[in-house]
This record gives sequence, structure tokens and C-alpha cells, in this order.
Amino acid sequence: MHTMSIQRKKIHPHKYSLWIAMGSITMMFIGFTSAYVVKRSQANWLAFELPHIFWLSTAVILLSSVTIHLALKNFKERNMQRYKQLITITAVLGVVFAACQWIGFSQLKSSGLPLNGPVSASFIYVIVGVHMLHVLGGVVALLVMFGRAYRTRVRTYSAVPIEVAATYWHFVDVLWIYLLIFLSIAR
Amino acid sequence: MSNEATLHSQQEVMHGAHDHHDHEHHHEDSFISKYVFSMDHKMIAKQFLITGIVWAIIGAFFSVLFRLQLGFPDATFPWLESILGHWAKGGRITPEAYYALVTMHGTILVFFVLTAGLSGTFSNLLIPLQVGARDMASPFMNCLSYWFFFLASLVMMASLFVQTGPASGGWTMYPPLSALGDASIGSKIGVDLWLTSMALFVVSQLLGGLNYISTLLNMRTKGMSMTKMPLTIWSFFFTAVLGVLSFPVLLSGFILLLMDRHAGTSFYLSDIFIAGKALANEGGSAILYQHLFWFLGHPEVYIIILPAMGMVSEVLAVSSRKPIFGYLAMIGSLFAICILAFLVWAHHMFVTGLNPFLGAFFVLLTLLIAVPSAIKVFNWLTTIWKGNIRFTPAALFSIGFVSTFISGGLTGIWLGNSSIDIHLHDTYFVIAHFHIVMGVSAFFGMFAGIYHWFPKMYGRFMNNTIGYIHFWVTLIGAYLIFWPMHYEGMAGMPRRYFDYSSWTSFNQFGGLNAFISIVVILVFATQLLFVFNFFYSIFKGRKLTEQNPWNATTLEWTTPIHAGHGNWPGEIPEVHRWAYDYSKDGRDFIPQTEPIGPNESAH
Ligand code: HEM
Ligand SMILES: [Cu+2]
Repeated sequence: MHTMSIQRKKIHPHKYSLWIAMGSITMMFIGFTSAYVVKRSQANWLAFELPHIFWLSTAVILLSSVTIHLALKNFKERNMQRYKQLITITAVLGVVFAACQWIGFSQLKSSGLPLNGPVSASFIYVIVGVHMLHVLGGVVALLVMFGRAYRTRVRTYSAVPIEVAATYWHFVDVLWIYLLIFLSIAR
Repeated sequence: MSNEATLHSQQEVMHGAHDHHDHEHHHEDSFISKYVFSMDHKMIAKQFLITGIVWAIIGAFFSVLFRLQLGFPDATFPWLESILGHWAKGGRITPEAYYALVTMHGTILVFFVLTAGLSGTFSNLLIPLQVGARDMASPFMNCLSYWFFFLASLVMMASLFVQTGPASGGWTMYPPLSALGDASIGSKIGVDLWLTSMALFVVSQLLGGLNYISTLLNMRTKGMSMTKMPLTIWSFFFTAVLGVLSFPVLLSGFILLLMDRHAGTSFYLSDIFIAGKALANEGGSAILYQHLFWFLGHPEVYIIILPAMGMVSEVLAVSSRKPIFGYLAMIGSLFAICILAFLVWAHHMFVTGLNPFLGAFFVLLTLLIAVPSAIKVFNWLTTIWKGNIRFTPAALFSIGFVSTFISGGLTGIWLGNSSIDIHLHDTYFVIAHFHIVMGVSAFFGMFAGIYHWFPKMYGRFMNNTIGYIHFWVTLIGAYLIFWPMHYEGMAGMPRRYFDYSSWTSFNQFGGLNAFISIVVILVFATQLLFVFNFFYSIFKGRKLTEQNPWNATTLEWTTPIHAGHGNWPGEIPEVHRWAYDYSKDGRDFIPQTEPIGPNESAH
């Protein structure tokens, strides 16, 4: 019998789509930050210092990039035990990161800069908040991977999902660094 | 990527395709997996098309309703009250209903019909078929893309039925009107539903766009280099790039708008009084929204027109039996349009107090768009020049497209001059400009695509006679409707007004407005004729008996008449030449799959 021939493709389609999606997410933040720049050049712009805890969250997300990198490495070497530990740590660090941002919000609020206060503060909530949602999306993806690693019936040998997750994770990390630098400089 | 992973993914695909192959022989797919949550790009294309047609009927019907008001401001139509209830008390549309209808008309046609219905349909149908792929890069995401669109449709539809009515601040949803629930009855929950629906819509567009790009860059068949792709594929490519880069910016604008509505922020609001009371909001800027909106909004108009351009190029070459003129120039001009599309958004904002110095740059860049546009027009004309044209309905609609694109594009050059725009902005001149260049042209491209690829979609032909009636009435009607609006606009008649009767200077247009409205009704009826033709032909149309009814060169016509999931039963054909070998070396056409002969020069 004749079977259909193999589909030609150069890069795994999921990876390809991920790169385009990252471009798209970047555009969204370019939208936010250029709105910020436009607004900042107008009258009544109130400058203030970012909550200090944002530096802690930066350290946390940087660390999580290291752990997910190690997780990928261990997966490829088929050290499944280490792999599971490392993605768990990464997911926990993701949640800690989100918690730090949340604490940052309450610090802002208690220093007299609520969400519905000056526009410069509202921007922080929205930009940081939307970024946080993207990190939490990554956490959900890691939980799915974790579930897969425990499935005994079907074994997965493909590194593509974890590669995709790791790339995305580094991306939200870099995005955060960009936002932090942007928000600290353009105050 | 590791070797292991490559192998695995290929096995996955091969396995999937194989599975389906067996299905066809042994048992049918379930109804749900075949027609509802289908992952076959061809079925998803039909879903987009039919949903788009439903929306088009609704959106066009809304325009009939508000044209009744504009054409016959003093008349009463008791039947209106029976369909619109208290929105048309005594048979006259209320101002609130008028604004709701206009807003929904714009939203539905721009986004749901000419974006989702047009590129959703044809990118899905043609990308895998014309580049030689089994399906999209991710059929699942493709299926999700449609269902997000469906959800967006449901939410938008629901907004039509809430007590305070749908959003009514115009399709651009400018704040402060859209940001303050107290500003008008059409700014209440209708706007929240509008924003929700549009957010879902953006997600749908992004999922679709990701797939289109990765499929056509990554999954082309052997021999199909980028410069052997038909122009349809190039245009879908640039459309998807525009969408993927500009819709997220729109989303960020919407998020800020939602915050202003519900979290008490002041991104867009400052110094506002409602009913004599000052609001607390301070420090915002409504113009900020316009920047974010038009940064999408201008690329969006090209998202609408590029697929139409691509299909017209293809249909014109096929039906004049000549190679497309200036293939590389066509790609180059698409690329130039794509870049410039991101650099001209402020031409919608010349009268917002934009710095005149900045304005000068935007004038320059805007007028630059005329160059690639003119190149394309020139190439279409030279393609059909001295061609042996087969005047099928698809060919007529393509020629009609070229005509309307020229007449509408020329008025763009007027508007692009900021000093002329001060007079013309927000008048009927703008309405005339964008309806001809975008609305009518994109519809013509879409009709050309439907008539041309209907046999591929349904294995039957549409009725030609109805097609010719459809074409001529629509072409003549469109010009009769929109041409006079230029004069109204030059006389200063503003858009977005419910009633002009208190303006004595515009009374001169009373008869003209009535005339336009009558033509609108005729043209609308003719579109219903098209819809009838479409659905009738699905079931009763003349059956297709050969694989390649138009004698075209492209790959989609090498698939079986009723292609299953996976498109080609055996090997995917290999490609050896570009898509436009018509009337070459004494042969009417040479399919892309035919190797270059020993004495033949490649294009
Ligand atoms: C030569 C090319 C073109 C030029 C120079 C041009 C210029 C302009 C300008 C300056 C405006 C703003 C007018 C105003 O609001 O005062 C405008 C409006 C518009 N144009 Fe064009 N245009 C061109 C082609 C197109 C094309 C190809 C499309 C769509 C396919 C398009 C769609 C629109 C739309 C939808 C609006 C109005 C949006 C609204 O205010 O509701 N234009 N155009
Ligand atoms: Cu524009």
C-alpha cells in the first residue's frame, strides 16, 4: 500500500510558532512602553522610585532561568529524577517571582500610589501586571510538563516541549530585565 | 534541535497522516470531528467563510437600516418598530440606535468580515494547498483560531441584545466616550462586551497568523523556493506579519481602556465634565489611545487589502492566460507597503493637534505609499493587456478590484496632504475614500476568490449567470453609492451625524441622499442573490469533472477533486518552476510540477 510521504519541515513547527509569538508579545510591550514614553513627555508626570522588591524578583527570575536551563540539560541526558526536581523548582521560583511583584504592588499602594492614582503609577501596575501574567502562563506550562513526566503509560522522549518551555521562560526573563531597565531609566 | 526530536516529530506527522488515510477507506470521521472541531485546514477555511458570510449579511443589513434614516429622515417605517422595538419608536430609528448601527456596521465589516472572513478563509484554504503541505504547522492551533473567532462572534452578537444596546462610539472606539459608562447609553456594558469580543478576536488572529507564517516559511514542498510561490501566498505572508505585529499593540490599547473603565485609572481621561459634574480623572490623554489604535488601524486596512491583492494577481494571470507582469516587483511592492504601513498611522490624526513638524513627515511617508500601490496597479494592467481574457465572474471581479482600487487610492492622496485634510477630515469624503479603496475593493477580491476557488472547496461550480448579474449590479451600484459622497464631503458635510436637516446648506443633498439609499437597497438585494447562489451551488451546482477546471499552474489543482485530510493521496508533488508559466513556448500553461525541459529556459 502507498502511504503518504513525510511532511517536509526545517524547524519544528512549535518552535517556529513560539518565535513568532514572542515577537508578537514583544510588540504588545512595545505598545505599552511607547504609550508610557508619549505620556511621560506630557505635563503632570509624577516621577517616583520603583519598589525595591523588584530587585529581589529580578534575582529570582534570573535564578529560575538557570534552573530551567539545567532541567533541559538533564532531560536530554535522561536524568528524569533531576529533571522533575528542576522544573518543580523553576515553577516555584516563577510563583515566588509573581508574589514579589504582588508585594511590590502593595508597597506602591501603601506609599500613596494606588492603581487609580497618578498615571505614572497606573502604568507600573499594568505593565508589571501583564508581564506577571505571562510568567504565570509559563508556570502553567511547566505544570503540564510535570504531569507528563509522571505519566507512566506513555513515555515521551521528545525534547521539543521542554525546549519550547525553556525558550519561553528565558524570553519572559529577558523581557522583565528590559522592563526593569526601561522603568528605572524613563521615570 | 536534537536529532532525536526531529525524527520524533516526523514520525508524529507521518503517523497522523497515515491514520487519516486509513480512515478514508474504512470508516467515516465522526460528524463532530469532521464538521465542527475539524483540524483540516480546508474545513476550517469553510467555517471562516460561512461565519463571515453570516456577519456580512448582518453588517450590510445594518447599513440599509441607517441609510433609511439618512436618505429619508422624515419618513416613518412602521416595520422598523416591529424588528427594532423601542430602538425605532414610531417607525423612526432613534439617535442611539443610529449610532449603535453605524458602530456595529464598521466593527463587523472591518474585523469580522474583511479580516477574519477574508484572510481566515483564503489563508487557510490556500497556504497548505499552494505551498504543498499536508496541513497547517499546528492544526490544533488553527482549529482554536476559528473557535476563538466564533467566541468573539458570540460575544459581539450578545452585545446586540443587551438592554442598553451595543457599543455606539464608532468602530474606532475613541475615549472618552468609550471610557465612561455615563457618557452615553451606548458606552455601558455594550463597550465591555465589545472589548471582550475584540480581545478574543485578537487572540484568534494571532493564533491564525502564527500558523500561516510558520507553515509557509517552514513546510513548503520540495522545489518550492520562496520565489516560486504564487503571489497569493506572498500576500498572505505579509498580511500575517502585519497582523502578528500590530494586533498586540491594539490589545495593549484595549487593556488600558478597560482599566480606565473599571479600575479608575486615567490613561486616557483628564478634565472631564459629565452633566456639569467634574470627574476625578486627571493627567490622561485621549490622543494616546488614537496613537495606539491607529498603529494597528492603519496596518489593519492593509491586512484587509493585501489578501485581495494577492488573489486578484492570481486570478488575473489565470484568466488572461499570461504570466503576471513584474513578479518580483509585485513582491517588492508588497514588502514596501508592509513597511510603510507601520510608519503612517498619524495621517488619521492630522487634526488632533499633532505637531505640524511631525505631520510633515507623516505626509511624506503617506504619499510614498502611492508608489508601491501604483506599481501594483501598473502590473495588473500590463498583465491583462493584450491577454486572451476569459471573462469569468472571478476575472470580472478582479478587474473591478483594479478599478476601485485606483479610484479610491487617488482620493487617498488628497487626504494624505495634511493641509487638505483639515478641510476633508471627518467628512463624507473620507467615507467615500475608504469604502471604495477598502470596502468595495476588498469585497471584490473576496468575491473573485470565492468564484475562482469554489470548485476547489465544494467540487462544484457557482452559477455564472447570477455571477454576472452580481458583478455588474455591484460595480455600478458601488460607484453610484460612493462617488457622490465625494461631493458631499468636499462641501463639508461631516460624517457620523444622525440628522442633517438643521443644516440648511446641506439640504441641497436631500435628493442625493435618498438616491444613494435606494441604490444601497438594490445592491444589498443583489448580495443576497450571491448568498443564494453560494449555498445553492454547494448542493446543486454543476459538478466539477476535471481536477484543473481553469487550467491553472498552481499546486492546489493537482489534488483530487474531493481531497481528504492530507490533501495529496500519495507523494506531495515536487515543484520545478514558478507559478506563472502561461502561454509559454506555444503551450497554454505548464503546471508547476512539470520539470524544466532540456531546451527550455527557466523563467
Ligand atoms: C494611496 C494610498 C492611500 C493614502 C495616501 C491614504 C490616505 C488616507 C488618509 C490621509 C486618511 C485619513 C483621512 C481622515 O480621516 O481625515 C485615510 C483614511 C482611511 N483610509 Fe486611506 N489612504 C490610502 C489607501 C488606503 C487603502 C489601500 C485603504 C484600505 C485598504 C485605506 C483605508 C482607509 C480607511 C479605512 C480610512 C478611514 C478610517 C476612519 O477614519 O474610519 N486607505 N486614508
Ligand atoms: Cu491609514
